[in-house]
Amino acid sequence: MIEGAKWRTWVYFYLPMAFFLLFLLFPFYWMIITSFRPDGELYRPWNSVNYNPFWTTKPTLEHVRYLFEETLFSAWLWNTTFIALVSTAISLVCGVFAGYALSRLNFPFAGGLGTGIFITYLVPQTLLFIPLAEIIRNYNLGDTSWSLILTYPTFLIPFCTWLMMGYFKAVPKELEECARIDGASRWQAMLYIIIPVAIPGILSAGIFAFTLSWNEFIYALVFLSSPAQKTVPVGVTSELIRGDVFFWGPLMAGALLGSIPVAVAYSFFVEHYVSGLTGSVKG
Amino acid sequence: MAQVVLKSINKFYDAVHAVKDVNLQIRDKEFLVFVGPSGCGKTTTLRMIAGLEAISSGDISIDGQVVNDLAPMDRDIAMVFQNYALYPHMSVFDNMAFGLKMRKFERKEIAQRVKEAADILGIGEYLLRKPRQLSGGQRQRVALGRAIVRHPKVFLFDEPLSNLDAKLRVQMRVELKKLHQRLGTTAVYVTHDQVEAMTLGDRVVVMKDGVVQQVGDPLELYNRPANKFVAGFIGSPAMNFATVTMGDGNGRITAKNAGLEIEIPGAQAERLRAHLGRQLMLGIRPEDLHVARAGDPTGLTFNSRVEVIEKLGSEILLDVRVGEDSMVAAVDPATQAKVQEQLRLAVNPERLHFFDARTEAAI
Repeated sequence: MIEGAKWRTWVYFYLPMAFFLLFLLFPFYWMIITSFRPDGELYRPWNSVNYNPFWTTKPTLEHVRYLFEETLFSAWLWNTTFIALVSTAISLVCGVFAGYALSRLNFPFAGGLGTGIFITYLVPQTLLFIPLAEIIRNYNLGDTSWSLILTYPTFLIPFCTWLMMGYFKAVPKELEECARIDGASRWQAMLYIIIPVAIPGILSAGIFAFTLSWNEFIYALVFLSSPAQKTVPVGVTSELIRGDVFFWGPLMAGALLGSIPVAVAYSFFVEHYVSGLTGSVKG
Repeated sequence: MAQVVLKSINKFYDAVHAVKDVNLQIRDKEFLVFVGPSGCGKTTTLRMIAGLEAISSGDISIDGQVVNDLAPMDRDIAMVFQNYALYPHMSVFDNMAFGLKMRKFERKEIAQRVKEAADILGIGEYLLRKPRQLSGGQRQRVALGRAIVRHPKVFLFDEPLSNLDAKLRVQMRVELKKLHQRLGTTAVYVTHDQVEAMTLGDRVVVMKDGVVQQVGDPLELYNRPANKFVAGFIGSPAMNFATVTMGDGNGRITAKNAGLEIEIPGAQAERLRAHLGRQLMLGIRPEDLHVARAGDPTGLTFNSRVEVIEKLGSEILLDVRVGEDSMVAAVDPATQAKVQEQLRLAVNPERLHFFDARTEAAI
């Protein structure tokens, strides 16, 4: 904390903090205010009387209603949730086992394999979608949720594996040795001791994976074409921007509703999540 | 209850020969302590007995059964680790019960055994707490409890007290000793602390660079160290060493260097006669030195200059210079000494140690 006179705390701490918060939160504020502003206000020229872009006196739920009644938004929400949950589950299971194996089992080339997995994570999605599109087409998976459920793990598994590797390395190996002396097989030691201890790490990997797949745009844009199959990010941007007409109200309402689940997931697990990132296992 | 036999045990880590040809018979109900500096192979040896480390060559048997290829769980041993290795997500009760649950004991039997162990260790009231809610000493007790509930054939301890503060360490040391006397289970204990080794061990194994230097009961190691390393490692403060030349003065054997000339008395002189004219390493324990009194024969005294005075209360440690050598003398607390003062010291002639200058073996 900053020491000395009170003004120093204000100048060196609260003021920069306030700027920072303003900078970060303004887009969200803009999103919220636009969602509840009637069209009449939204499309009014900036020099009209009583023009106030930062506040509205006549809040409306019209855009939310439009979103649910005139578009397939509820289907997009469901698609996104389903795809994100399933691909996260697949990636977590693979990531936990792979991370455990790479960090704990001394097998030949474990180090090289770990690096290899990390490198696949570094290949940009904007390049990878081209060969993947070919594969999706060959297996006739185009325009189905499975096209995303099966492609998201290509970047989620490396991610989870690396996070879990780091986490498992931080768990003292004596815990496992002690369990094995106590009569547990390697599998039991992992199931009863190592995985429960690694829960914070698993949760943070899960939240990250969930967020990444929830927000994913390129694969969803390329692999899905019919409106009913789309995910929230793609649906909102492709169905609510028609030509050069932006339906700002529903667009922002969609963005707002689309970010709520992620925000909830974060706030719900935030404590675990922080301890997961700092890798704290206290004996 | 079991005896553990190590036969020609070797351990290689790639090119490193970590444990060299260790042969040892650990008797039933014995408390055996491995002691040595870090990296001497003592922990590796313990881990090989536990089955956590593969043996490169040799045989380990517990109770007559060769266990080389048995998994840790099948060796019927219990181990206490330096960092306790308590399962952080389990309560004290579950920590202690885990081994029994894995071995499919009846619920009632588990509850009874845990209660019994908890009573012995005085942790009965913490059974529902998580390890992080316990102090260091309490965690150590839980780790011990987890080992004793299983009633294993052998206890293995890997520096279990080194994470505790000095006072608690002394207290737990006594409790460990009592616990062993009460349970009578064979125990193998690893430590780098020679005081712990001396106080706990029925027998002590001193290791260095993967080689067993000496095996014996604590006083044997103290009184008759097999070589210079053991002599210097056992005892605190450490033994003083000085290079001396063996000479013949008026028919008596003398050990002489720039700072001192000691006449070797009777029986010991006969043994040293063979080394006349050679250089040997003389070892004198600090407690075998005292400030010279009128009655001390001149052949057993020498001059020194006081450099540092450490007043410990029960005794005074004088860091002195004798010729070219530094020595420590543990003297009577009433001694009046000043820094830079010349002081005449006398040595207890019965307790001189001589070592070969090259092989460092005791003579």
